[in-house]
Amino acid sequence: MLNFFRGNKKRQLFGLISPGALWILLFFNLPLLIMLFISFAERGRTGGIASPVVYTLENYKQFFNACVSQYAGPQCDPFLYLGIFGSSVRIAFVVTFFCILAGYPLAYFMARQKPLWRDTLMLLVIIPFWTNFLVRTYALKTVMSGEGLINTILMNLGLISAPLEMMFNEFGVIVGLVYGYLPFAVLPMYTSVEKFDHSLMEAAADLGAPPSRAFWRVMLPMTMPGVIAALVLVFVPVVGAFITPDIMGGGKVEMIGTLINRQFGVARNWPFGSAMSLILMVLVLLGVIYYFRSSSEETRRAM
Amino acid sequence: MAGEFAIEMKDVLKQFVTPEGGILPAVDHVDMQIQDGEFFSLLGPSGCGKTTSLRMIAGFELPTSGSILIRGKEMSQVPAHLRPVNTVFQQYALFPHMTVEQNIGFGLEMKGVGKAERAKRVAEALEMVRLPGMALRRTKQLSGGQQQRIALARALVNKPEVLLLDEPLGALDLKLRKEMQLELKTLQREVGITFIYVTHDQEEALTMSDRIAVMNKGRALQVGLPEEIYERPADKFVADFIGETNFLDGSVLGQSGSTVEIDLPGCGLARVESSRTFTRGQPVTITVRPERLHLNEPFENGNNLKGRVEEVIYIGTDTQYGVRFSERHKVRVREQNATQAQKEIARRGDEVIVSFTSASPRLLTE
Repeated sequence: MLNFFRGNKKRQLFGLISPGALWILLFFNLPLLIMLFISFAERGRTGGIASPVVYTLENYKQFFNACVSQYAGPQCDPFLYLGIFGSSVRIAFVVTFFCILAGYPLAYFMARQKPLWRDTLMLLVIIPFWTNFLVRTYALKTVMSGEGLINTILMNLGLISAPLEMMFNEFGVIVGLVYGYLPFAVLPMYTSVEKFDHSLMEAAADLGAPPSRAFWRVMLPMTMPGVIAALVLVFVPVVGAFITPDIMGGGKVEMIGTLINRQFGVARNWPFGSAMSLILMVLVLLGVIYYFRSSSEETRRAM
Repeated sequence: MAGEFAIEMKDVLKQFVTPEGGILPAVDHVDMQIQDGEFFSLLGPSGCGKTTSLRMIAGFELPTSGSILIRGKEMSQVPAHLRPVNTVFQQYALFPHMTVEQNIGFGLEMKGVGKAERAKRVAEALEMVRLPGMALRRTKQLSGGQQQRIALARALVNKPEVLLLDEPLGALDLKLRKEMQLELKTLQREVGITFIYVTHDQEEALTMSDRIAVMNKGRALQVGLPEEIYERPADKFVADFIGETNFLDGSVLGQSGSTVEIDLPGCGLARVESSRTFTRGQPVTITVRPERLHLNEPFENGNNLKGRVEEVIYIGTDTQYGVRFSERHKVRVREQNATQAQKEIARRGDEVIVSFTSASPRLLTE
């Protein structure tokens, strides 16, 4: 067995690459192809797809023009799903915005500390990664719900008379998502800020730039690669998020992720779920490509 | 204008807290006056406080106490962006995301100078540092020497009251450094702006400066013309740091007028001119430069000490001889190789006479 690899660079390389490559091929690329196939099939009565397979474009048409049978014939709403997609994008932008807004100063602060203290802070940012995401979201729920920590404290202090509605609405979903994805924003921005040569800020000040202008003209452009990495790392998963909108939104906030999730669950419409997943993927991909095309050469190279 | 200096440091103290919690005086009660249009160097070993002094003038550090006046105005607590000075940084600190033109124009842009005027002045600045046509380059595409010139142009284009240079030639190779030294000096004379130049290279300081401040351990030990610093060093550190020198320890035997007689135990007597008065028995150190010593050319009215050659080092233009007088006393003598004969004054192991006039050395006391 080992003789097969001995003295043959090509075989050694093949041997080293194949486990990872096979994994990706089997569990990422192949399922994507299966999904593509399902998205063009008709739904089965109890989930899965109808057999024998009937090929159709109906699932894609459905997304761009949702039609429901009514007494007076089919009732169509072209913006039903597009609207949900749109609000998912909007929520994702808001979440990304707040993650970057809160993450940048934190990343800056961490990067400017002495090594030991810096590592400690880094650990504090990373530790949440090691806690189950679901557990964290449920924990947040106990803080923000009607009888939760915040409301209890505010009520006992007499600051409010009725509980604030912080959950089962978009606010709750956004808070939950910002909470969950903040580390994804901090880490790439930290890397960028840490590499930033602070003497450039002195140079800017020396040339008459007040701190705010030095930041906008020198520091931000130079740390842009980190900001963009943060944007992509937060925006892409948040657009398709389903656990947080499900728990924090309590079924009242529809996002594309919860919609897809339902197609594979209670709605038992795998073909439509697959079609939506692929549409989401393509649209996000197009968005990211467009963003990189329009952003500067330097940023693209840094990615 | 009488009484107005380009820069005046009055009793400036800057303390840093060390990681161990101690207090380190980086700049220790320094007084300095820098005149208008002067090429002034802060010279000293690393950690002597020269860069900290420069950074306090620029506004990157604030002094713990004392005051810094720029053109007669108290500025020690004014933030950097409001000071009428510009800096050329050691590593240039050019903005890598901007073109050469944007880099040089940055200061003007901050002042609100219009686009057309800016372009014109940037072009002039590029002309001045002899890099015309580079405006649209990225700074990364430039060589070290070119980046250096861009950094200079970026500072000078703002016509600062004072230009601060923090070891700007340190990153260049020797030949380019020598070229840039002369170029900087010429440029300074042309633009007439006060330059404050930080360096640890004594030769560089001597070549370029109108005046030099020698610093060590946060203190300004001596401020003066290059000749003064070289010929009449104030103390042992300055004598040792500037150029090569010899030290001969002894004690005062007596003094008649300006001539001091010194006993050098084990190698005889020496007579040295000095304007100061000494007491009998006072320990003193004679310091004398290697090129002021002569081999086997006894002076009638000078000092002639007997010794033995320990080493002969040929260094092209000169030959350096190490001569030992006694266990405690050893000197280096430098002889020019002007003629073939001079190359062979002495060999290793030869008995020689080392001579110097009474006016050549300086007397240092602790």
